[in-house]
Amino acid sequence: MTTSLRTNRSIPTLSSEKIDVRYVAKLARIALTDDEIERFGAQLGDLLEHVDSLAKLDVSAVAATAQVVESRNVEREDVVRPCLDRETVLEQAPQRQGGFFRVPRIIAES
Amino acid sequence: MSNPLTERSAAAIARDVNARTLSAADVADAVLTHIDDVDPQVGSYLTVLHDRAREVAAQVDARVAAGERLPLAGVPLAVKDNMCLTGTRTTAGSKILERWVAPYTSTAVERLLAAGCVPVGKSNMDEFAMGSSCENSALGVTRNPYDVTRVPGGSSGGSASAVAAYEAAIGMGSDTGGSIREPAAFCNLVGFKPTYGRVSRYGLIAFASSLDQIGPLTRTVEDAALAYDAMAGHDDMDSTSIDRPLEATAGHLRTDLRGVKIGLVKEFATGKLDAEIHALYEQAYRDLEALGAELVEVELPTADYGVATYYLIAPAECSSNLARFDGVRYGLRVDGADVHDMYERTRAAGFGPEVKRRILIGTYALSSGYYDAYYVRAQKARTLIAQDFERAWKACDFIACPAASSPAFQFNAKSDPYSMYLMDYYTIPMSLAGLPALSVPCGWVKPPGGDRPMPMGLQLCAPLFKERELLGAAHAYEQKTKHALTHRPLIADTAAPSGSV
Amino acid sequence: MAWEAVIGIECHVELKTNSKMFCGCANEFGGEPNTKVCPVCLALPGSLPVANKEAIDHMISAGLAFGAEIPTFSKFDRKNYFYPDMPKDYQISQYDMPLTQGGTVRYWLEDGTMKECRLTRIHLEEDTGKSTHAGSGDGRIAGSTYSLVDFNRAGVPLMECVSEPEIHSAAEAVGYLEALRRTLLQLGVSDVKMEEGSLRCDANVSIRPVGSTTLGTKTEIKNMNSFRSVYRAIESEIERQIGLMEKGERIVQETRGWDEAHGVTVSMRSKEEAHDYRYFPDPDLVPLEISRESVERLRASLPELPHVRFERYTTRLGLDVKQATQLIDNLPLAVFFDTAVEASENPKQATNFVLGDLSRLANETGMAVHESPVTALHLAELIDLVEGKTINSKIAKDLVVRMWNGEGSPKAIVEREGLAQTSDPAAVERFIDEVLAKNEKSVIDYRAGKTNVMGFLVGQVMKASAGKADPQLVNRLMKQKLESP
Repeated sequence: MTTSLRTNRSIPTLSSEKIDVRYVAKLARIALTDDEIERFGAQLGDLLEHVDSLAKLDVSAVAATAQVVESRNVEREDVVRPCLDRETVLEQAPQRQGGFFRVPRIIAES
Repeated sequence: MSNPLTERSAAAIARDVNARTLSAADVADAVLTHIDDVDPQVGSYLTVLHDRAREVAAQVDARVAAGERLPLAGVPLAVKDNMCLTGTRTTAGSKILERWVAPYTSTAVERLLAAGCVPVGKSNMDEFAMGSSCENSALGVTRNPYDVTRVPGGSSGGSASAVAAYEAAIGMGSDTGGSIREPAAFCNLVGFKPTYGRVSRYGLIAFASSLDQIGPLTRTVEDAALAYDAMAGHDDMDSTSIDRPLEATAGHLRTDLRGVKIGLVKEFATGKLDAEIHALYEQAYRDLEALGAELVEVELPTADYGVATYYLIAPAECSSNLARFDGVRYGLRVDGADVHDMYERTRAAGFGPEVKRRILIGTYALSSGYYDAYYVRAQKARTLIAQDFERAWKACDFIACPAASSPAFQFNAKSDPYSMYLMDYYTIPMSLAGLPALSVPCGWVKPPGGDRPMPMGLQLCAPLFKERELLGAAHAYEQKTKHALTHRPLIADTAAPSGSV
Repeated sequence: MAWEAVIGIECHVELKTNSKMFCGCANEFGGEPNTKVCPVCLALPGSLPVANKEAIDHMISAGLAFGAEIPTFSKFDRKNYFYPDMPKDYQISQYDMPLTQGGTVRYWLEDGTMKECRLTRIHLEEDTGKSTHAGSGDGRIAGSTYSLVDFNRAGVPLMECVSEPEIHSAAEAVGYLEALRRTLLQLGVSDVKMEEGSLRCDANVSIRPVGSTTLGTKTEIKNMNSFRSVYRAIESEIERQIGLMEKGERIVQETRGWDEAHGVTVSMRSKEEAHDYRYFPDPDLVPLEISRESVERLRASLPELPHVRFERYTTRLGLDVKQATQLIDNLPLAVFFDTAVEASENPKQATNFVLGDLSRLANETGMAVHESPVTALHLAELIDLVEGKTINSKIAKDLVVRMWNGEGSPKAIVEREGLAQTSDPAAVERFIDEVLAKNEKSVIDYRAGKTNVMGFLVGQVMKASAGKADPQLVNRLMKQKLESP
């Protein structure tokens, strides 16, 4: 049993826990109806059961593949390149005000 | 009967336009007229580029007249709607981008245009490339030109149906887990996914960054080679683009398989498939032998974990890639009481159920406490799969197997998400390992309950960077068997009486 | 109860590069909103990031300057969260393999005491856009009805620098920040201007009884817009926490904003739950492999760092804290100073002239010392002339002005104008005799006990000799004559 980099929780057996769909939907900023929460919950649980097969694999000897084709140090020279013209940038904004994008209130404090 | 111009290969069109015995303008006219006739039934295109096509065709003719020799002069091109083309609506098959017009062009498209292609339309696709039937498009329905009650495959379904129905000679597709190869198999086409990193992803609306690759769908292997040669190569706008010299593939395609070892994967044995399908593949393998190849058995023991691995990695990456669709800077916005409410309503309205499912599963797989168990574990399984292939390459030069386990199915046949995911069973392992792979037509079967013969595809896969060898093997097989020519697409022949030549 | 404050500082520093971190848009302060954006930094569908080489080099230089370890491998990770000024709704950052590990910031307090604070890490990420809030009447986010977003800043390379909680007072916090600022400025990796947002910082503050080793509950203090605010905010927060603890109340772990106008920190109770950032390696970028050669190359081009210079000036050259700091904050002047010291081998005189007469002239004329006609070698020459008693200090002061006005080297001016001081005893005696003869009353006064008359008499001799008499010689001979009738 190994511990996660991020928390001290031990790794759960994959699909034994029920997914908190409401919490995940909140993280993903997608509003779901109660019906969808139920339906997706079942479908995701189903998928996770299939995915559970991965628990059987012995992955102890391998590193995670970050990339398929090994490549390192892809960098660009610090040179300024032309940017987009502002009208192009703003003309498809769902809501704009002058030269800005406008969004509804960001409630960060009560 | 459609204009025979529309049925010509890209190679033939380019040759004649360069020789100036044919004008790009005439080709464009013929194809656009044909599109107007048949697309109402096939539904390949979300946007037809009537004006743009004619404009570009005129430019191509001018360039050729000025002495330029363009490898794809005048070739009508279907561009999958997840690839940006300046000034065109680029929707990724989604409501969230239904009205978005791209202000820049993806590198791969730009290169094909530089090579002389004429873009005739933006083709339909499963929303954000998530799907294997094109049924997940939120903006249109695409039908298989060989049987309109059946799906064209996905996610590059529109590009596949366009090329199959002669509405283009080259279709640009993108393949993450099989989205070029499977629709190619379903529509009697060659569908080619190059080595990961060979074709720039700049301007391709991302689904799963470490898996997405752009590639061509064509009616012949030679056309696929020409298209690949034009679109491939390093791009400094894409950090994952490979900086390695390119070998031309077109003009270097072999016609036999002498000295070649072809691996048949134990885990992909076709005995468990439908009897007619099994017989089809057995015949295909014999045909490879008849061309001089030696068949050897290889193992990919981790291949069975491919679908599970893929359906953790791809959703994880896409859950992050699709976060940008938030109603702030472009695309759909549904207002809310505050910005977070706006995000939730916008994304609820803008994304279809499959997209939502994958975002949810991906978010979950990356979330605190689950990251190691899911995402990291899947990436390790991926390493094992890649290692399996490396071992296989010691015994063979190519791997041959089915592209899909069945021909094109009927609409709504796969209502359970996981059964749809299984359509990618044979194509996913190659994607996970980043290997070049393609599907080439290998025969016809009568699907149960169907009365029309439907095409099937033989998948060939090669080691990293062996595009030339792979296309060569496919070419040899194609030239010997010519399965693609056995039946014509139904749809091409049911053009409306007026307006067709 | 004696309390100890425990403070950690987290800084975000915008790196000075021509272009942004992952795209070619210009990286510059100001400008009309949304005029420095492209598909990449605006996060249009299909765009991809490509890392800026210069930003990476700047990070490594900064790490080396603080004695951090530069690992062989580093990578970028995605930090996923939704916010309107985040175009991708994830930030490309670094999680578990940052470009530098550890390191120490050495700084000094106003009394010259040297202090140290270790760094947890320095990592590279991209900045967000900027939102302004409307509708609340004071531009604050609370009570606003909508916000406006400008993405010019989105994608600017940002260095996040996190210190260990080893700072124990507001003064130390400012000392730390000053050292950070001076070092980064000297390296040329950032403009480090709080007023332009190229240096932003937050402080984590907690208190505990002196002698305790466990950490108290900390609060995060934000919205400090200058070093003075940092000082006041930390002092205020320490006071607030001590006040609460002494009343037996708990400290709530929260974020508090500094309210400059009212001189207090105010709770920023937010509706957000703790973020689950779902870090994972960014699949659009490839890992960085940092060669030891490139590290050594960057290390070799590091300048003498502020704290090293500070110690050299105060310990070896005898400057006080204020003087040392003045030079450190004006590098061309410090270089001028160093050259003059080396040539004259007289740090005391060099200090006096550089920070005295020359700096005064620089202020008056608006021309920098190192850009004036006075070279460091000229200054050394002048110092030699004074030490060798060829000229006296009054003449020297005149010479400085003449040199500043471009009249040439001190030796040349002295010769040309005949400004050498008179050290010939016979000549000086003649002047003295002259003055004494004209001032019999003063002589009588002196011999009667009013010895302070000597100053006046010496002054008369200086006048008579047009300032050139050696004052020390005058004093000695004058005294002799006055005391021996």
